[in-house]
Amino acid sequence: MKIVYTDVLVIGGGLAGLRVGIGARRRGHEVTILSLVPPKRSHSAAAQGGMQASLANVIKGQGDNEDVHFEDTVRGSDWGADQQVVRMFVNTAPKAVRELAAWGVPWSRVRKGDRDVIINGQKVTITERDEAHGLVAQRDFGGTKKWRTCYVSDGTGHAMLQTMSDQAIGNAIPVHERVEAIALIHDAGRCYGAVVRDLVTGELKAYVAKATAITSGGAGRLYRVTTNAVICEGIGSALALETGIATLGNMEAVQFHPTAIFPAGILVTEGCRGDGGLLKDVDGHRFMPDYEPEKKELASRDVVSRRMEEHIAKGKAAKNRFGQHLWLDITLLGEKHIRHNLREVYEICQYFMGVDPTKDWIPVRPAQHYTMGGVRTNHTGQSPTLKGLFAAGEAACWDMHGFNRLGGNSVAETVVAGMIVGEYISDFCDKIENDIVIPTRIIHDFLRREQMQIDTLLDGPGTEDAVALRVAMQEIMTAKVGIFRRGEDLAAAVDELQVLLQRSRNIGVKYKSRGANPELVAAYRVRKMLKLALCVSYGALTRTESRGAHFRQDHPRRNDAEWLKRTLAAWKGEADTLPTLAYEALDVGAMELPPGWRGYGAKDYVDHPDTPQRAVVVAALKQKMADAPRFAVQEALMPYTSLLPERYRGRNERIDEPLEAAE
Amino acid sequence: MNSAVVNVVPRNNGANGARRKLAISVLRYNPQDPASVPHMQTYALEEADGMTLFIALNEIREKQDASLQFDFVCRAGICGSCAMVINGRPTLACRTLTKNLPAQITLAPLPYFELIGDLSVNTGKWMRGMSERLEGWLHMVDPDPDLRRIEQRMDPDLADKIYELDRCIECGCCVAGCGTARMREDFVGAVGLNRVARFRLDPRDARTDDDYYDLIGDDDGVFGCMSLLACHDVCPKQLPLATQIAFIRRKMVRAGLT
Repeated sequence: MKIVYTDVLVIGGGLAGLRVGIGARRRGHEVTILSLVPPKRSHSAAAQGGMQASLANVIKGQGDNEDVHFEDTVRGSDWGADQQVVRMFVNTAPKAVRELAAWGVPWSRVRKGDRDVIINGQKVTITERDEAHGLVAQRDFGGTKKWRTCYVSDGTGHAMLQTMSDQAIGNAIPVHERVEAIALIHDAGRCYGAVVRDLVTGELKAYVAKATAITSGGAGRLYRVTTNAVICEGIGSALALETGIATLGNMEAVQFHPTAIFPAGILVTEGCRGDGGLLKDVDGHRFMPDYEPEKKELASRDVVSRRMEEHIAKGKAAKNRFGQHLWLDITLLGEKHIRHNLREVYEICQYFMGVDPTKDWIPVRPAQHYTMGGVRTNHTGQSPTLKGLFAAGEAACWDMHGFNRLGGNSVAETVVAGMIVGEYISDFCDKIENDIVIPTRIIHDFLRREQMQIDTLLDGPGTEDAVALRVAMQEIMTAKVGIFRRGEDLAAAVDELQVLLQRSRNIGVKYKSRGANPELVAAYRVRKMLKLALCVSYGALTRTESRGAHFRQDHPRRNDAEWLKRTLAAWKGEADTLPTLAYEALDVGAMELPPGWRGYGAKDYVDHPDTPQRAVVVAALKQKMADAPRFAVQEALMPYTSLLPERYRGRNERIDEPLEAAE
Repeated sequence: MNSAVVNVVPRNNGANGARRKLAISVLRYNPQDPASVPHMQTYALEEADGMTLFIALNEIREKQDASLQFDFVCRAGICGSCAMVINGRPTLACRTLTKNLPAQITLAPLPYFELIGDLSVNTGKWMRGMSERLEGWLHMVDPDPDLRRIEQRMDPDLADKIYELDRCIECGCCVAGCGTARMREDFVGAVGLNRVARFRLDPRDARTDDDYYDLIGDDDGVFGCMSLLACHDVCPKQLPLATQIAFIRRKMVRAGLT
């Protein structure tokens, strides 16, 4: 029996995992990071457009601050987010950009003086301030009141991941590559690490740790059409679910990105629209202003994706040999801008479609893009039910995105959550009472159980084909649990997925190698993925309202009276074919921003009974404190500072908000 | 140079004729299996519209041969996982359209790197080793900046120049195409020299040319390069490797002489 000991075991080597690891390492803990792939190949690298942080350096960002970022994020979430967590996030995001600036990210910088930009289809000249020259620049993104998205050309995630991974190497943090956690080791409500399979040799080892962090990203590959990398199969979240003790939050909240190239599903960044690109239909008509006069192409992603599908359903799609799509027109941005600020887009169009986006329109259609749900944690990143298990980034639901994430808030979350959870996981490990005492018998039992499952897949009597099951699942999810959802489709999806799950218990792997064996990997993963798919589809079936990215045609209104609550999915028994759902109410009485209209999308919703009362209290307090500094008003409405690790408390300096004056 | 842009006439796809039959020959070998010997294996499959080698290889694995090993992650030309030798040239498989290749396609793993199996090589391990050797992280002038304060300024053009070199995806094509790497096992490759050039350009890095000389001022570093410059020709991100290596060599000569 091989056992590896470490203080902090991090499952996933993308931005969130690396940042958690660096945080814990700097606090003196031994860290081991597990990664399916070399960390610089993680899906974080695919984030193109940028990272939201209210630095307010560019002129179009002037007046931006934590309050504005907070409101945009809560509206974006359709009031599904935990507002205290959003506050923690927006206050830490500027520090995260500044930390990364110090660590080496070559953020695009402000250049003083005049420049031409495209706003609402028109060329406009704006003048950047002298005092902003050389500071980190921001661009426009969907669902934001100010230009807030910091960027590195359109390779933001790539540049961030390079720097983060470099710093992890500089901190001598070992990353075990090409290994995969296949089960969490736990006993009596305490997590002790994971059983880990070497993807090259097939060997199983136990990694035992005081604290285990799941930072393995999203579950896009539950769907056939997704922008996600092939490794984004949600396995980390599934490991937590399979403990039967940890829960997953809001798995039905799945984001579809408006501009995936059609049909390959490869992302072209929201920065295309943020920088002035337009969506057009078969007639070359710019249709978004017809639906969303306020925000047009730059409403939140859930809204834009729905409007696009709605427009396609009206017969306004263009067609190519693969099917129906719409157009993204960025030609008006000019060749210099595209080849400089949108060069990944340029390369993708050129290599995958032979399209020159400086001259031609890009065929696009919405595709699965982001998993808002994930391992339910508190604000420290720890599971409230399984001690010693932490999660951060897309794999987590702590919960700052609610039912829709804003563009630019995901890479921001990975780093911010990494900073915060890295501190809290260190606090956890510092405490003597959190030292672990675990009999090797328990570790051995988990190892043996997992080895037996693999042996059965290879040598057992099973006859089902793992890849066929995965394809069937992906088809069901794309066809029936997509952008527009209906009760009958969802019920059918739940039934069909349950059948697939039962069949998956009878998989026989035809290629018998115990070492590198992609068919074997597909076999044990598809069982986990089907459980996640059932959390998504059953959660969507049960939630009889529309909120954010979860849109029910048979229940088109947001219903705060009944559904202002978070779905918690648990997998109680290994023989179960459905998750056990429970709900956690959001407390309107504690909200800084009481529920209302988002400022885009449908205006029609059912109020929570506590909303009018809370709205009156908030309005009265704001009026009473009309002359008070904004920090005092915020503190009075919803205190949160004590929730932040001490290291990351404190205000953020801006050109128009010097630190001395702010304090 | 730097002309790797796709510019090929589409052949026989779509409306006017039968789909092409592709013959994809793969250099197979599984070092984990004592019975395995290196050999070529050819798979036949029908070309589809918009088919990339990502699509073709997955189809082969799902329908013909579950044992075939290869690596893809982003399948969008961003992550650098899928570099392999395609008809003799190292490049990214995910963004290679089959319609731009003849019907006979020969695939081999990147040379030089440790072979995991078939088309899968351990670039990750090599890149980490290179990075440790070259101390390939920013050595901060101020290791504990006050994060509440406005960030340090940087000239916008300089930020762009640094990003230009930071676009490297560590795919390994430059090393696979390198003549020096064939002869010198410990050569840091264009990828390594480009890393040094990137940090050298960055005023946030505290190191001097003397420090860099200690890292690359020998035949396993910048003086090992014979200027064959295949690295520059095959770089899928069109990094300016020829210029950077020449520039760094000049700077290191000066550092070595003073």
